Amino acid sequence: MAAVSLVRCERGFARDAAPDWMRQELRTGTTIMAVEFDGGVVIGADSRTTTGAYIANRVTDKLTPIHERIFCCRSGSAADTQAISDAVTYQLGFHSIELDEPPLVQTAANLFREMCYRYREELMAGIIVAGWDKRRGGQVYTVPVGGMLTRQPVSVGGSGSSYIYGYVDSNYRAHMSKEECLQFTAQALSLAMERDGSSGGVVRLAVISEHGVERRVVAGNQLPSFSAI
Amino acid sequence: MSSIGTGYDLSASTFSPDGRVFQVEYAMKAVENSSTAIGIRCKDGVVFGVEKLVLSKLYEEGSNKRIFNIDRHVGMAVAGLLADARSLSEVAREEASNFRSNYGHDIPLKHLADRVAMYVHAYTLYSAVRPFGCSFILGSYDDDDGPQLYMVDPSGISYMKEMTCRELVKEVAKIIYIVHDEVKDKTFELELSWVGEVTKGRHELVPKDIKEEAEKYAKESLEEEDDSDEDNM
Repeated sequence: MAAVSLVRCERGFARDAAPDWMRQELRTGTTIMAVEFDGGVVIGADSRTTTGAYIANRVTDKLTPIHERIFCCRSGSAADTQAISDAVTYQLGFHSIELDEPPLVQTAANLFREMCYRYREELMAGIIVAGWDKRRGGQVYTVPVGGMLTRQPVSVGGSGSSYIYGYVDSNYRAHMSKEECLQFTAQALSLAMERDGSSGGVVRLAVISEHGVERRVVAGNQLPSFSAI
Repeated sequence: MSSIGTGYDLSASTFSPDGRVFQVEYAMKAVENSSTAIGIRCKDGVVFGVEKLVLSKLYEEGSNKRIFNIDRHVGMAVAGLLADARSLSEVAREEASNFRSNYGHDIPLKHLADRVAMYVHAYTLYSAVRPFGCSFILGSYDDDDGPQLYMVDPSGISYMKEMTCRELVKEVAKIIYIVHDEVKDKTFELELSWVGEVTKGRHELVPKDIKEEAEKYAKESLEEEDDSDEDNM
């Protein structure tokens, strides 16, 4: 198995001369989320990428396709998660051609886990793998920092996730429809973006099912607002 | 008897003028001369049966197994040179194990058959090694893909190939008994294994009591057939 070796480079400029944001690593502060429903999955993310306090990209797409019906939601270091996604995309594509059939979501999740666990000391990546395959339908697998792998019906991640555990725990119901899942995800992400400084921008959503991938964007002014204060 | 190579048959890296690789064909002879191995697929599983010729009365029952376990859900029955077959079973086991280690789930049978077939094929390309003198049948069962059966021969081709498993066990035993040539070979031991819904997807040797029942059925059918032969013209 080809292994991708990821090495951190030290920045070369004089510490005093460069402004604060140039000395910080590029991170996807983030709130990401994925929910299973009967027939597929709904995934969602915010769109803010920060270098320190500066928002380097306010319209980031953190929902990255790994294969036709398998996506990953990225949180943590932007560079690390992009590099890992590229590597897994290659490996999964190769595997799928060898097998001559679409890959399983479980396989993709395992490839992420292998990499995240093996290089756990050098990486900072929290990834949610979600998609649809013929064998087990819609599935969500979470691979947090450290490289654990577990399947969950609903999963949240990123710095903003801490603020919405309560909301998710109290509002999630099994057997929700696709539209209910979309509502649920958009609301949860909005709440997190409201409170977490590292999350914001627009809400990007995607529905993955047997029929393909349907992407949506909810702009800032269309987000539900909750607080009266 | 097929034509003799006369000079073009000394190594696997030589073609004959009519486009044959004789070493591979000779390897297949080793399989033809060996005793029978059967694999049959039914709607809820796969059953293997092997006619194991007993070369010496000193051998214990159950020795020189010709059915191997490759991973929990895959079984392999072999015909040909047993030593070659043993080495290939290790190759198959490693492939299955590496797949699981990399991708986190059971190896699909087609993929395993392809990988082992590629390995077998590699040994037909060079003069420094000889081709494997065995063919084998791989079988598996799982809930999603159902029962599957593949065969690989010394040239490295793999081919893909209905009763319930329980009934099939008796039929396989019967076939082995029928096929066994009383004149040519003396005693033999029947080895039976199965993988299917009945074993929850695990490849296992058929339990002793069921095997005995199957052998009894096979012996009785043979006697019936002998009787009916007299009546036919």
